[in-house]
Amino acid sequence: MIEVKDIHKKFGQNKVLEGIDLTIDTKGIFAVLGPNGSGKTTLIKSILGMVIPDKGSIHLDGKAIQGEWNYRNNIDYLPQIANFPGNLSVQELINMIKDLRSNKNADDQRLIELFRLEPFLNKKLSNLSGGTKQKVNLVLTFMFDSQLIILDEPTTGLDPIAHIRLKQLINEEKAKGKTILITSHIMSFVEEISDQIVFILEGKIYFKGTIPELKSKTNESDFEHAIASILTASYA
Amino acid sequence: MLKILKYSFYDLIRSRWSYVYFLFYLLMGFVLLFLNNDLSKAVITLMNIIIVLVPLIGTIFGIMYYYNSKEFTELLLAQPIKRSSIFMGQYLGVALSLSMSLVIGLGIPFFVYGINTSVAIWDFGLLLVSGSMLTLIFTSLAFVIALKNENKIKGFGYAILLWLFMAVIYDGLFLMSLMFFEDYPLDKFSLIATLLNPVDLSRVLILLKLDISALLGYTGAVFQQFFGTRLGFFLSLFMLTVWFIVPTFIMQRIAMKKDF
Repeated sequence: MIEVKDIHKKFGQNKVLEGIDLTIDTKGIFAVLGPNGSGKTTLIKSILGMVIPDKGSIHLDGKAIQGEWNYRNNIDYLPQIANFPGNLSVQELINMIKDLRSNKNADDQRLIELFRLEPFLNKKLSNLSGGTKQKVNLVLTFMFDSQLIILDEPTTGLDPIAHIRLKQLINEEKAKGKTILITSHIMSFVEEISDQIVFILEGKIYFKGTIPELKSKTNESDFEHAIASILTASYA
Repeated sequence: MLKILKYSFYDLIRSRWSYVYFLFYLLMGFVLLFLNNDLSKAVITLMNIIIVLVPLIGTIFGIMYYYNSKEFTELLLAQPIKRSSIFMGQYLGVALSLSMSLVIGLGIPFFVYGINTSVAIWDFGLLLVSGSMLTLIFTSLAFVIALKNENKIKGFGYAILLWLFMAVIYDGLFLMSLMFFEDYPLDKFSLIATLLNPVDLSRVLILLKLDISALLGYTGAVFQQFFGTRLGFFLSLFMLTVWFIVPTFIMQRIAMKKDF
């Protein structure tokens, strides 16, 4: 489904990705992990065509994505920072994104109820709190029924109830047989929901496999410590 | 692209600043007409204000809009839309809403005064056209600057410098070089120098139309002498169009290669 081949990217002098090879052809939840600045978001944005790699190729469902834009109809993406045009109301923004997608049958009503957003529908986006904006962001992401879902730090700013609802939502989508890519720094969240881990270190894929495999590789019984041991090894 | 344009435009015409800008022109139009009591004079006064103010507002609004909607642009970039459509849509959204404030804001007082029955209507129309052209030009220049500079402060700085250079410094340098090289024939130099600055260009354009030789200044006079009123008029109009197309093209080129 996703085939990333030898992606290189540098920003100025800073080499972020140095030959990423990643093939994801199964369904399920993939957690993209790595220390700050390891290139998680850059990788995700390369798949979305927002960052243009210096070298390498990306294929989705067998088609090269370079210079294309139609393929984004089949991706639901949750950006890291939720910031919207301040003069629009929540409802207008939702309608607008629906209008921009060719896949019109969106499931926004259920999600609005799920995140209790009804009281905010007619409020301007500039007056919403960070957490509420993130909920709007989640509605915009999950209201379409695409085979590939990419979530960049989905838990930022959410209260505990919204957090639980998000996990339910992710599991529902997984049950529908979708592929979901998630980046997060909250290890308990990652451990709870993800099927496979993709660990990026120094611009390369350091590890790809399940959590038990990671634990046995690092000789740690605890997931958080397993991750930490990779990091301390790399820092040393 | 039209969808993006629609939403940017809709977003902008509801912003407070669009109204401030609109009300400013409305007020200025009324005040000038009542103080002057003469349509042609009011058009000339307006011209002097517009050719300085419109570029300033176009650059500032363009750069502000780009930086303020950066995250939103990222959201759009993840949607199935062509990159070029996003930036063209946003750019035209800003430029058209600014032009609308100008045209309607000045249109109302002049119509109330009765411009539609006066011969000055074409002069006034040209004033609005060149004002809109300047908006398009300077907004696209602002977008180019904003796309090139991630740092807002730098972006703002360059934008203000651009305006200052085009609206103020350029003329100063021009005059100084005329004085400095007064022993040489300067017709061609001054012609080219005028063509290279959209602010001067629109001034010449309007003055050629108004046919007031006293106000033409050196460049205007050379322009008139060299091309005649008619050819000069169309040439300056053509150059203004070039001034709008080239930065828009550059803007697209940068946007296609940029990482977000």
